[in-house]
This record gives sequence, structure tokens and C-alpha cells, in this order.
Amino acid sequence: MTTGEALRKRVRQTLRDQPYPTVTVLSSLLAVQDDMGYLTEEAIQEVARFTGTTINEVWSVASFYLNFRFTPPGDHTVEVCWGPACHLRGAQTLLHDILGQLGLSGEGETGDSHISLKLNTCLGACTQAPVISVDHGLMGRMDSERALKAIQGASHPRRRERRHSREVR
Amino acid sequence: MTEAFAVLQRKAQERWRELNSHPWVRVGTALCGQAAGALDTLEALRAELTRQRVEATVSQVGCLGLCYAEPLVDVQLPGGPRVLYQRVTPDQVPDVVQGHLVHGEPRRELALAAVEGSVDGVPRLSDLPMFQGQVRIALRNAGHIDPTDLDHYIARGGFEALDLALSKMSPQQVHQHVMNSKLRGRGGAAFPTGVKWRFLMGAPGPKKYILCNCEEGDPGAFNDKGILESDPFTVLEGMVLAGYATGATNGFVFIRHGHEGPIERTRRAIQACYQAGLLGSHILGSSFSFDIEVSLTGESYVAGEETALMESIEGKRSMPRFRPPFPAQVGVWGRPSNINNVKTLAYVPEIVRLEGEWFSRIGMQNSTGTAIICLSGDVARPGMVEVPFGLTLRQVVEEMAGGVPDGKRLKLLQTGGPLGGVLSGELLDTIIDFDEMARAGAILGSGGVIVASEDSCAVDLTRNLIAFCQLESCGKCFPCRLGMSHILEVLERICRLKGRPGDLDLMRRVGQNMQVGSLCGHGQLGFNPVSSALKFFGEEFRVHIEEKRCPTGRCQGPFVGPERTRRWAHLHGESPTAAVYPEFVANVGKV
Ligand SMILES: Cc1cc2nc3c(=O)[nH]c(=O)nc-3n(C[C@H](O)[C@H](O)[C@H](O)COP(=O)(O)O)c2cc1C
Ligand code: SF4
Ligand code: FES
Repeated sequence: MTTGEALRKRVRQTLRDQPYPTVTVLSSLLAVQDDMGYLTEEAIQEVARFTGTTINEVWSVASFYLNFRFTPPGDHTVEVCWGPACHLRGAQTLLHDILGQLGLSGEGETGDSHISLKLNTCLGACTQAPVISVDHGLMGRMDSERALKAIQGASHPRRRERRHSREVR
Repeated sequence: MTEAFAVLQRKAQERWRELNSHPWVRVGTALCGQAAGALDTLEALRAELTRQRVEATVSQVGCLGLCYAEPLVDVQLPGGPRVLYQRVTPDQVPDVVQGHLVHGEPRRELALAAVEGSVDGVPRLSDLPMFQGQVRIALRNAGHIDPTDLDHYIARGGFEALDLALSKMSPQQVHQHVMNSKLRGRGGAAFPTGVKWRFLMGAPGPKKYILCNCEEGDPGAFNDKGILESDPFTVLEGMVLAGYATGATNGFVFIRHGHEGPIERTRRAIQACYQAGLLGSHILGSSFSFDIEVSLTGESYVAGEETALMESIEGKRSMPRFRPPFPAQVGVWGRPSNINNVKTLAYVPEIVRLEGEWFSRIGMQNSTGTAIICLSGDVARPGMVEVPFGLTLRQVVEEMAGGVPDGKRLKLLQTGGPLGGVLSGELLDTIIDFDEMARAGAILGSGGVIVASEDSCAVDLTRNLIAFCQLESCGKCFPCRLGMSHILEVLERICRLKGRPGDLDLMRRVGQNMQVGSLCGHGQLGFNPVSSALKFFGEEFRVHIEEKRCPTGRCQGPFVGPERTRRWAHLHGESPTAAVYPEFVANVGKV
């Protein structure tokens, strides 16, 4: 665990190293979440200081967009698309089977914090419906069996390495 | 031609010739390709080329639109045909490499089409049902070029339009081409682009903005992301031309955070343009300067609405602003701004290069040019096509995409995104044209067409769309915020076969209030899925409510929606809206 001051340092560094020239509250929050996986109280304060706004203003933005989270994510993130194209091709069945396997009743983390489950409104690959993503790698034409296997495989160290070594451009 | 551009073009053409004089393999790695496993195929391909010691250029390209056949691998030997292989799994890679690249023998059994040249027993690309009838303008480079390599774009005629404009045309002349083309915006409202640009031309400087809208939150639509992943340069060139015509100085490409493919490819394309002097100060040595940057938004559908988009670029919550003042007067950071969709801007270079009249002769009288349609759901060949306006929906859905597979009947079409309609198959003969479709009660929107077979339940699909609209309501105005929740709640109970006799009227009343009482299109149009579903599938709703049964059974069982809905339902039991706002529910309809 990072201590408060070390955490603030890391956040400040991230805020200075933002990839795009125009810096706003939103761009700052996105940069911090990309780095840390979620937003902490300290991060909100640092963003407020860095952008010269109030903590309230920063919270208003952070709580508005659906992608921000305020608790640490699991080691792996599984997203399931529930958009209409995937819905018609069986996304609900897929989702129920995944929920059952993970012991969840909706979005959230498994008891062992191993996996975060998130619903996505459209993963942008509707032609391959139903679509899921495991650690941001898209997988289409899914059925429950393949999805469960992919989720189990996510924790496999070899796979993790491989995902990292890939450049998706 | 400017001297600077002549140099760029010469270099690009040389590199293109060089590329074509060696073995060249292209792999489609757009979002659709990735979901089909293209990255595994790419990795296997690279390993196999090394193993077999084959020297070949490997390029990642965008989406050709033949998403049903992905992963697609496109192999070309110097002087030989260019062959497209379909559904190439990593196991099949050695076969393709050995056969085609080592022995020079195309593997016919695995081939989908010949892109260039001919191979016995393999259809030409243009003869595939999905390609017949396409006119590719915005998608002219999709699948052919490396979307991050500026030379590829220039070698195929890219930036000729900008060079022409800067060396020979006044801003007014560029604008006149767009006027003559009769181009209408492709972001949903179909507003004439030339007219919109004129508002910005008249606005005072010095700083003015061109905003390119790639929020594309519509589930079922992926053509904006598809264009940025396949050919971001055409959009960037379109933005610079828009800037020149209107006197704007800065541009933003607005993309949703998380879609790494389109973001990264756009970012790299922008970088390449700066390096070549096609962006920045004194473009191609002229007196015109223009800057472009990527702006990321968080997850919010309403961020795609033009005034909410400006709030989001400023880093705030994406809640729509009141109009007037309009963006052309007071836009992002209070400066005059013009917002266009990705597709709209992608057409501009060809409109300037080949002249506005050329474009206006394609398609229909008042819907000129092409429609870029995303096909998904229960179709044999899901994908993306660019067709001239004037074809019927049937031609696109049945002839190009192959209709519903497994001999099933087509039951409904969902067009225009979640604010669009749930339409019956009777509308298949409607002509694809902004006005014709509106007359028939259909909406083209940004081009998503989701097809559903006889197995689907109209109530179930409507609930899915409204669950989306409810989740995404920004909450600024209560008719939309509460209305969506209330309608979702009613649809939920109809699906659970607990619908009440007055429920359809109740939904209509709430819907009317949303239409008249909402600030932006989200609330104003958000009842469309229900109203159109009631129009075409009213009987199915009646059966659910009165006979307490679902003819297909598809809406039965728990529906898992996103967290925000769940949290509400969990906290307030049966009726979240009524629990929190009893007066609102009691007074619905009594305006
Ligand atoms: C709720 C809502 C969401 C929208 N989302 C998008 C979008 O994702 N992309 C887009 O181009 N236009 C979207 N629009 C339409 C824009 O407000 C705007 O009309 C469009 O970007 C203008 O571009 P055009 O003139 O090129 O069509 C949306 C509108 C509403 C009301
Ligand atoms: S209509 Fe809905 S989405 Fe639009 S401003 Fe009002 S609450 Fe927000
Ligand atoms: S609807 Fe599932 S990826 Fe688009």
C-alpha cells in the first residue's frame, strides 16, 4: 500500500505528465485513474489544487462519468456488453452464467478481489456480438463456455505477460 | 501545387511503389478484428514469417467492412494478385504463409476474395454481395492503408484537396464546394453542413474552433470509430479544410476514453501531420495555420450532444447548455465553434478535390452522397457498408448482409441508435434517404441498423433501449431524468407479466411530457423506441399485459442492467420513481 504522501507525489507526477496539451479537470481525472485504476480522496484534492478548482467541482465531474471508480479494482477487469446487438445475440445468458461463476449479482468485485465485473453499453465491436473484454482485450462471438475459460485464463501469468507485450495501434 | 506538397507527394509515391514491390501482408485490427481474434492471428503471422524466413512488410489496417469474415489477412506479392483470406485463425497462418508467401500459390480454399488481380475460383472483391453497389468515399482507404502512415494516405490522393485549396482557392470557394455538394450532417440531425459552416464564417475571431464529434455512444453504431481506426487522415484533412473555409484556428477530435484503437491511431496521425507541415503554423508554406488535438471524454452518452460536448472539452460534466446562444456564437471556452460528425468531415476532402457538384450527383436529390451503415444483430453478414442514398433497406439488409440466417423470419429493425426506432420488417422497402425515412417513421441517425429475428421480443428490446436511455440521462431536467426511470419501471413490470391495464397510456403520457419538457434531444427523442414499438408491435405489448404471456419468452428471466439502475431498484423496491417522487408520479400528464 502506498502511504498518503507517496500517493500524492505519484498523483502530482501523473498530473504533470498528461498526454494531451489541454489540461482540464476531466483530463486530469482520466490520467489519474489510468495510472492508479481508481480515484482516492487524495487524488481528488490534488486534481483540485492542480487545476485551480474546488474539491466540490472535481467531485461533481468524478461522480458524473460512469467510468470513474472510487475503490480499488480487482486484479483483472472483465467487461460484458449489454448493448442491443449483443443483447439480441444472447448477452443476458452470457452475463448470468458469468455472474453465477463469479458469485456476483451485478457489477462489482469478487470476494477475493480477483476480478472486477463491469457492464458496458457498447464495446464497439457489435458485428462480433456478443462481446466481452478481459483486461481490455476484446473477445467476440462469445458463448458461456469460452467466456468462462477466458476469465479463468486471465489470471494465468503467461497470458498477462503476452497482453503486455502486444502493441495495439 | 505548392512546392512543399510536391516534395511530400513524391516521397509518398516512392514509398508506395517500394512497398508494392515487396511481399506485403495487411491484417485488419480494428475493434471488430480484435474481437474476432486478429491480434492472435497477427502474432502468429509475425512468428511464422520469422520461422519461415520470409521477408514481408506486415501492416495493421482498419476495417474493410467485411466484419463477418474477420480476422482478415490480405496477402500481396509483387506483380501478383492481392488475396483476402477470411476467418484466419492462428492455426491457419502457417498454411497461408507456406502456400502463398513461400510458394507463390494463393490458398484458394481459405480465400474470400481477390482485392486486386484475379485468382481462378475466387470472386473479385467488388463482386462480393456485400461490396456490390457500394460507393466508397469516406471509406475509400479503409482496409487499404496503414492508418498511422501518412505516406500511404498521400500516395492514394490524400491532401491533394488541401494543397489545391491553399494554393488555388479562397476560403469562400472551399465553402462553395461544400454548399454545392448539398452535404448534410451525418451525426443524426442531417443539418446542411455548408449552412452550418456559414454561421462560423460570420463569427468574430481570432480564436475559433472546429470540433469533430466521435463520441459515438450509440450502441450498434461503430462507423465513426471505424473511420478513425481505418483512415484518420481523411478526417484531419476535412477538419483543416473546414478551418480554412470558416477562418477557424483550432480543432479537437472528441473521442470516448477507453477506445484505445481509434484514440491511438488518431493521435499518431496528428503527430505525422505536424511533422510533415500539414498541421501547425503556415501549413504547406501558406499563411494559414491550424492546430488539432485529441480530447477525451469519460463514459457519457449525452457528451455527444453538441453543447454537452463543449462542456466536456472544458473538463466539466457533460450536461447540455441552453441555446441560444448557439455554438457558432458562444462555443467552447466562449469562442465561436462548429461541431461536425466524423463522417461529415471525412467526406470533405473528396468534395473539395472532385468538386461539390460531383458529390451532389451521387445519391438522392436532397440526401446527397452515401450512407455508411453498420449492420449487426441477427444477420448473416454483419459489417459496415457505404452505399449511395436511394437503395432500399431491403437491398442492404437482405442482399448485402444476407438477411436473417438459419431460414428465420426478420421481425424487426432497430435503427438510429437508442433514440431511434423499433421498426417492423414492413419498412424494409423504405428508401434510404433522410426525408423518406423520416416520412415512414424511421430514423437513419448515425447509421446503425440492428436486425432481429422472429425469436426476439419487441418489449424486451425496447426495455434494453430504455434502460440505456435511463442510465445515460444527464439529470439536468426532471422530465427526462424521472421520465426515463418511470418508463423503464413500467417496461420492467410488463416484461414480468405484471403489466397493468393503463400502462401503455401511462407511458405515452410520460413520453409526451419528456418530449415537450426536455432540454436536449436525449429527453426529446428518448420516447421514440417506445412509441415506434407501440406503433408496430402494439399487439405484442397487449398480449404481455392482458394475456400475461410473452409469445417468444425472450423477455422472461431477470434482466441484469447497469449498476445505476440496480442501485435504485435495490434501494426503493418495486417503484424507485414513486418512492422518491410520489407527487411527480401522481401528476404525470396533468400539465
Ligand atoms: C443525446 C445526444 C447524443 C448525441 N451523440 C452524438 C454522437 O455521438 N456523435 C455525433 O456525431 N453526434 C451526436 N449527436 C448529435 C450532435 O448534437 C450534433 O448534431 C452533431 O454532432 C452535428 O454534426 P453533423 O452536423 O455533422 O451531423 C447527439 C445528439 C444528442 C441529442
Ligand atoms: S433532456 Fe435529459 S439528457 Fe438532455 S439535458 Fe435534459 S436531463 Fe440531460
Ligand atoms: S452492442 Fe455489444 S459491442 Fe456494440
